[in-house]
Amino acid sequence: MNQFLFEHGSEILQATLEHIWLVGATMLLAIVIGVPLGMVVARKPWLSKPILGSANIAETIPSLALLGFLLPIPWLGDRADRLTITALTLYALLPIIRNTAAGISGVDPAVREAARGMGLTQRQILFQVELPLSVSTILAGVRVSTVLTIGIATIAAAVGAGGLGEFIFRGLAMVNDRLILAGAIPAAILALGADFLLGVMEHLLRPVR
Amino acid sequence: MSEPSSVSSGREAVIEFRNAGYQLPGGPRLLHEISFVVGRGETLVLLGRSGAGKTTALRLINRLVDPTDGEVLVEGRRTLDWDPIRLRRRVGYVIQETGLFPHYTVEKNISLLPRLEHWPKLEIRARVEELLRLVGLDPGLFLERYPRELSGGQRQRVGLARALASDPPILLMDEPFGALDPLTRADIRVEFQALERRLGKAIVLVTHDINDALVLGARIALIEAGELKGLYSPPEFLQSAEPVAAAYLGQLRALDLFRKEERR
Repeated sequence: MNQFLFEHGSEILQATLEHIWLVGATMLLAIVIGVPLGMVVARKPWLSKPILGSANIAETIPSLALLGFLLPIPWLGDRADRLTITALTLYALLPIIRNTAAGISGVDPAVREAARGMGLTQRQILFQVELPLSVSTILAGVRVSTVLTIGIATIAAAVGAGGLGEFIFRGLAMVNDRLILAGAIPAAILALGADFLLGVMEHLLRPVR
Repeated sequence: MSEPSSVSSGREAVIEFRNAGYQLPGGPRLLHEISFVVGRGETLVLLGRSGAGKTTALRLINRLVDPTDGEVLVEGRRTLDWDPIRLRRRVGYVIQETGLFPHYTVEKNISLLPRLEHWPKLEIRARVEELLRLVGLDPGLFLERYPRELSGGQRQRVGLARALASDPPILLMDEPFGALDPLTRADIRVEFQALERRLGKAIVLVTHDINDALVLGARIALIEAGELKGLYSPPEFLQSAEPVAAAYLGQLRALDLFRKEERR
């Protein structure tokens, strides 16, 4: 065991950092895209079906197949990490969109009525009232998404984007359990750690109701 | 209108309804053409049962809805010609559920509009304390509290203080005492009656409670099924032969009868 760690330690660390980069970039993108989409879903009911529907469909495509679909697209297919981050973002969107929409629609109608009646603009209602009251719900979505993404990101190795999946794929090819675990265990620890940290943030930012 | 009564109060008109009505798009007519005037320093009570259209009438004033018939004038200008945001900032708005922002302290709730309008910090602080004292709350105790840490009556007071923050010339109140128990309600009503005179604002108050109407209203507009059944001063209302008014008075008379019965 020690021998194994000694031989592969730096490699595992390298793969873990790659993994964190893939997931981090994905989550950043998914939040930047997903939160505004969630607001649109909450505000414009007629757009909610198409948006949630598309995000749902993305979720149902098997991950390897999605990478395959995206590969021929010119700019995306050029680099493995670009391709992977795009695919992962498509998976990460749904929980974020859904929770943002749920958070905003969940704001007490009396509070919104009062804000409107006081003469707050739509923008002010959004930033002063709706978003602050939805932060913890949105974070709950980000948390689900992050854990999901850490797991799915292992397939990045299939297109050569690195990450902890490298060990899993190599282990599978060489029928070496230790190699598989060298990928799976750090991934599981990452997922648990992210879950815990985001859970703490969610709790701290919960609005007093 | 069944009885002749002053449509105009003779004072400078702050709010004026001219045959104003509202119909839901493709739906029922919530408010038929109604007309009345509210002057400076005057309180008009809109009295009626739930769903009579009182709240709709109130929402016409701060442009939360626009009239589909006739027009509503605020300070001599049609509401449709007002920028809705500017109009609403000149109109304090208090609702039954208070709509206090749960993520803000009492201080931040009350100071939201002054902060958005970039008042100097010291001035805001002084204004908040002044308002809390005005509504009978000790600033030292309440500034830092959150709405969930307040009783129903305290919430209503904070809601009122918030509505008064930027000293609007008009105050709209929708069942402001509706969520309170009868005794607290009576206390707050009496306090508000005293406050009413000091404020000198044009106030429109919606209620289904005849006691609110008689105590607080300079005039009472009786609304039934979207129609204005009559405008009365409290003494006129007590004499009214209008069946709906009589029904409201029946509640009061029932109490009298009960008392007489007891005395025997």
